[in-house]
Amino acid sequence: MSTDISAGASAIVIGAGIVGAACALELADAGFAVTVVDAGPVGGGATAAGMGHVVVMDDSPAQLALTRYSQQLWTQLQTVLPPQAEIMRCGTIWVAADAEEMAEVERKRHRYLEEQIPCDVLDAGRLYQLEPNLRPGLAGGLLIQQDSVVYPPTIAAWMLDRVTEKGGTVRTHTQVDRVEPHCVILSNGDRLAGDVIVNAAGAVAPRLTPGLHIKQRKGHLIITDRYPNFVRHQLVELGYLKSAHQSDGDSVAFNVQPRPSGQLLIGSSRQYDESRAVDHVIVAKMVARAIEYMPAIAELSATRVWTGFRAATPDKLPLIGPSPANDGLWLAAGHEGLGITTSLATARLLVDQIMGRTSAIPVAPYLPSRAASEAMHV
Amino acid sequence: MSEQVQIRVNGVAMTVPGGITIAAALLNAEVNGFRRSVSGEMRGPLCGMGVCYECRATVNGRAHRKTCQIVVRDGLEVTTDEL
Ligand SMILES: Cc1cc2nc3c(=O)[nH]c(=O)nc-3n(C[C@H](O)[C@H](O)[C@H](O)COP(=O)(O)OP(=O)(O)OC[C@H]3O[C@@H](n4cnc5c(N)ncnc54)[C@H](O)[C@@H]3O)c2cc1C
Ligand code: FES
Repeated sequence: MSTDISAGASAIVIGAGIVGAACALELADAGFAVTVVDAGPVGGGATAAGMGHVVVMDDSPAQLALTRYSQQLWTQLQTVLPPQAEIMRCGTIWVAADAEEMAEVERKRHRYLEEQIPCDVLDAGRLYQLEPNLRPGLAGGLLIQQDSVVYPPTIAAWMLDRVTEKGGTVRTHTQVDRVEPHCVILSNGDRLAGDVIVNAAGAVAPRLTPGLHIKQRKGHLIITDRYPNFVRHQLVELGYLKSAHQSDGDSVAFNVQPRPSGQLLIGSSRQYDESRAVDHVIVAKMVARAIEYMPAIAELSATRVWTGFRAATPDKLPLIGPSPANDGLWLAAGHEGLGITTSLATARLLVDQIMGRTSAIPVAPYLPSRAASEAMHV
Repeated sequence: MSEQVQIRVNGVAMTVPGGITIAAALLNAEVNGFRRSVSGEMRGPLCGMGVCYECRATVNGRAHRKTCQIVVRDGLEVTTDEL
């Protein structure tokens, strides 16, 4: 499906998170007159709450294709991003606790190598050499060198500066009340007309496009004081796959990220809960899990804990494409815990569809219409 | 005054009155820079009551300890001007 785009066509993007910002830049590059509208500041939603881990993930072939493609786009973009993007090419180590998880390391390695993603199996000795603060007795891990860490809010702001340079407009602190065909109605009653409207409102996208299968999935993160070189890679327990997959019920997983300042981000939790409040019971579980893998974490001091909402879909894949609901409305939402990673591919695949261009990877797995037609598997 | 204890500050032995905090001991010895901010500025105690975190220093190898909340003990090692 494509829209008939004549020169000077206009686009309105709802949401100035990393996904909306990436879509706005891609639309501006394609020649659209772009207006971005956000109820808050730029990058103040999930984009400010997350970890900024740009990571290739292989829960499903479609997820692997999307994250891999997006990571290639990140590698290109990282050459032009400013220092405030805080890019760290630290790589990921998937930590295997036991022999069973080591077997999973092998399978994972296989899938990655099939996609030409360089990776190294680490035995226990090599794991400790790379990360001496991990507890003894772990089985090993898988190192993915090309994964990186970024600071998403400043990147969203940088993208929207480019949009403004290209003649676009960014309206922050402006709430969208509802969407009509080729038109957005603001909460003050103003109407903005656009040939193309993009709903990139993240976890609350269904409020503007009712019927979307997106649920808010809350997560907690902790940031510590500065302890340079305490960890050197993003460390994720391989059991993470089990806990992230668990569809209902609360879960925690060991997930630690070094920041360029020397601080550590410690995650992560998953809960279906609409309240923003910090849940101290789950934070305690998260800390206990982190200490289980890295006992010395108990000695560090944390400076802040916060929550954020992932936009969860039943099949863990985002919605990228035309809305079945409304003419001229396009969706770029539902990115769960991977929206920083997948933002760039999302923008590219969306604008490919809008422009009627052929995409580098098949778009079918991410089309919003799949959710309406397909039986959901969890 | 209570009895004296020996601490080491940046490797230098220092005799200080027992019962006082590390922050007090350092200030008495005219050590004003306890740590560096992210942008490299020197920082030292402000509130003296555990709230502002400005008095942090490395104590017995542990970074970011609030020195206004720790009483000196014999053999304590303090390193300032680190993070
Ligand atoms: C704890 C946690 C850790 C994470 N870690 C990672 C990670 O390591 N790597 C990774 O790739 N991803 C991670 N994520 C996921 C990632 O943060 C999100 O997928 C991503 O930020 C989604 O971006 P977005 O632009 O879709 O949503 P958001 O950033 O939420 O942006 C949506 C915007 O829409 C605006 N909006 C909503 N409704 C309206 C309205 N009616 N009118 C106007 N504006 C509106 C909001 O104000 C908001 O700014 C994590 C998420 C969490 C919660
Ligand atoms: S001086 Fe404020 S916390 Fe120590």
